Amino acid sequence: MSAPAMGTTKTAHSDVAPKKKRGPGALATAYLVIYNVVMTAGWLVIAVGLVRAYLARGSYHGLYYSIEKPLKFFQTGALLEVLHCAVGIVPSSVVLTGFQVLSRVFLTWAVTHSVREVQNEDSVLLFVSAWTITEIIRYSFYTFSLLNHLPYLIKWARYTFFLVLYPMGVTGELLTVYAALPYVQKTGLYSVTLPNKYNFSFDYHTFLILTMVSYIPLFPQLYFHMMRQRKKVLCHVEEYKTE
Amino acid sequence: MKLNGAFWPSSKTLCLAQTHHLSSPREHTLSQAVVFFEVEILDAKTKDKLCFLDKVRPLHKYYPQWYAARQSIRLDPKGKSLKDEDVLQHLPVGTTATFYFRDLGAQISWVTVFLTEYGGPLLLYLMFYFRVPFIYAPKYDFTTSKHWVVHLACMCHSFHYLKRLLETLFVHRFSHGTMPLRNIFKNCTYYWGFAAWMAYYINHPLYTPPTIYGEQQVRIALIIFLFCQVGNFSIHIALRNLRPPGSKTRKIPYPTKNPFTWIFLLVSCPNYTYELGSWFGFTLMTQCLPVAFFTAVGFIQMTVWAKGKHRSYLKEFRDYPPLRSPILPFVL
Repeated sequence: MSAPAMGTTKTAHSDVAPKKKRGPGALATAYLVIYNVVMTAGWLVIAVGLVRAYLARGSYHGLYYSIEKPLKFFQTGALLEVLHCAVGIVPSSVVLTGFQVLSRVFLTWAVTHSVREVQNEDSVLLFVSAWTITEIIRYSFYTFSLLNHLPYLIKWARYTFFLVLYPMGVTGELLTVYAALPYVQKTGLYSVTLPNKYNFSFDYHTFLILTMVSYIPLFPQLYFHMMRQRKKVLCHVEEYKTE
Repeated sequence: MKLNGAFWPSSKTLCLAQTHHLSSPREHTLSQAVVFFEVEILDAKTKDKLCFLDKVRPLHKYYPQWYAARQSIRLDPKGKSLKDEDVLQHLPVGTTATFYFRDLGAQISWVTVFLTEYGGPLLLYLMFYFRVPFIYAPKYDFTTSKHWVVHLACMCHSFHYLKRLLETLFVHRFSHGTMPLRNIFKNCTYYWGFAAWMAYYINHPLYTPPTIYGEQQVRIALIIFLFCQVGNFSIHIALRNLRPPGSKTRKIPYPTKNPFTWIFLLVSCPNYTYELGSWFGFTLMTQCLPVAFFTAVGFIQMTVWAKGKHRSYLKEFRDYPPLRSPILPFVL
């Protein structure tokens, strides 16, 4: 789900068949190239930050703090992608993109940032690493696609790495939410109880549990969708290559 | 147009070529078995001639699962469906006609859907009102709220859905007989879900009645609610009277002698306007955030519908009154 936000069906389709598509104009293309380059760079910074922190400390523990700020900045920046779809310069579904980005932003801010006690968990490193590798590949894929110079290696990586990164990210996310549960229950974080003058209540603890449960139907759907895309994109290319 | 032609079941979108030899220029609607027609069936994708029939029978005689309501017949594979009343002779086809068939999926009647989606909220709310066991703490089972506004809210909510049920049975004249089956699950989830959510808080033992302006607020809210209920009903009657029984004609609605219909001067879909007003009144009456959410979501959906209806009015009628807005006078 949130782990490798590999883009949506339409984006994948555009590199499968020679379809007639009214792509973005020249100005929009230039903007998108800059956007994708900046995002690639940002996630590279996070990757480098993780490696350096690991080498400096000598352990996997507590690496979150070394990349906390760029992670928040660049993951939140991905909200722009919803705008891109809404405006039409990217041919993806607003709903699908919105859902994917929001789930990432939710995990970054409403779980990891909000529940300080989970920040030391190893599960955080698990999903951050998965996201980092995924995003570097994804944004460079978009960059090269926009410039019409997509190296096969990048395309292959985008449609292959998810096989490992997606389950890895999902595991990290679920473990992190699970770790946050006791603290949320104890402090009543983001919860509203009755009675109050707006006659409303919200239990964040229950909400988090429901979020975890929702992974059960959603994750397989997204995972198998990516597998189908992989078959379409990579096998298609092989056909051309054998001709 | 319900096709009296055979088709090939292997592809969902089929291509039929139809040649007709008429011995006399009589009008033939395709709902009558037409012995004169000869039908040639082509595959929609490969255009191979699959078979040739010289005696045509109703489509559902060959494939009973594709009853009339599921059939969509069009002249263009991506175009609009032809209507039941369409007559072959008046269609823009020559001596060889080509039709495309699409299966609309399992259908369910509008009346059935409406009765189910409105019956649910009526019953569910009452279950919460009477504090049926397993909803609230056991010590509250079968107790009643001490706040008079809670009783009032129950009466209003029940009245609203009862009105809707009766209108479905006796007032509305539907353009389409059916809708896709999956809609009933979608619609019922929406109505039943929101009804339960609202009812839970309003009938909760810890419910807090309106505090901002207290009794005055509830009184004004009730007036707004009742006014809009009468208004909504008036519009439904006016719309019903536009259409003679059994017909599917469409006309521009105009204000009648009933003052509640004078809003037609400013709005295309005043039934939605009044509906919004009713729920706004209910929100004010109960001062309950879930009710506000329900009102907001309903408003968004009704605005989408109103804009669509307004657009189709403008397209269909050259002389459509220019002053009208879709749902909110001058604004939206």
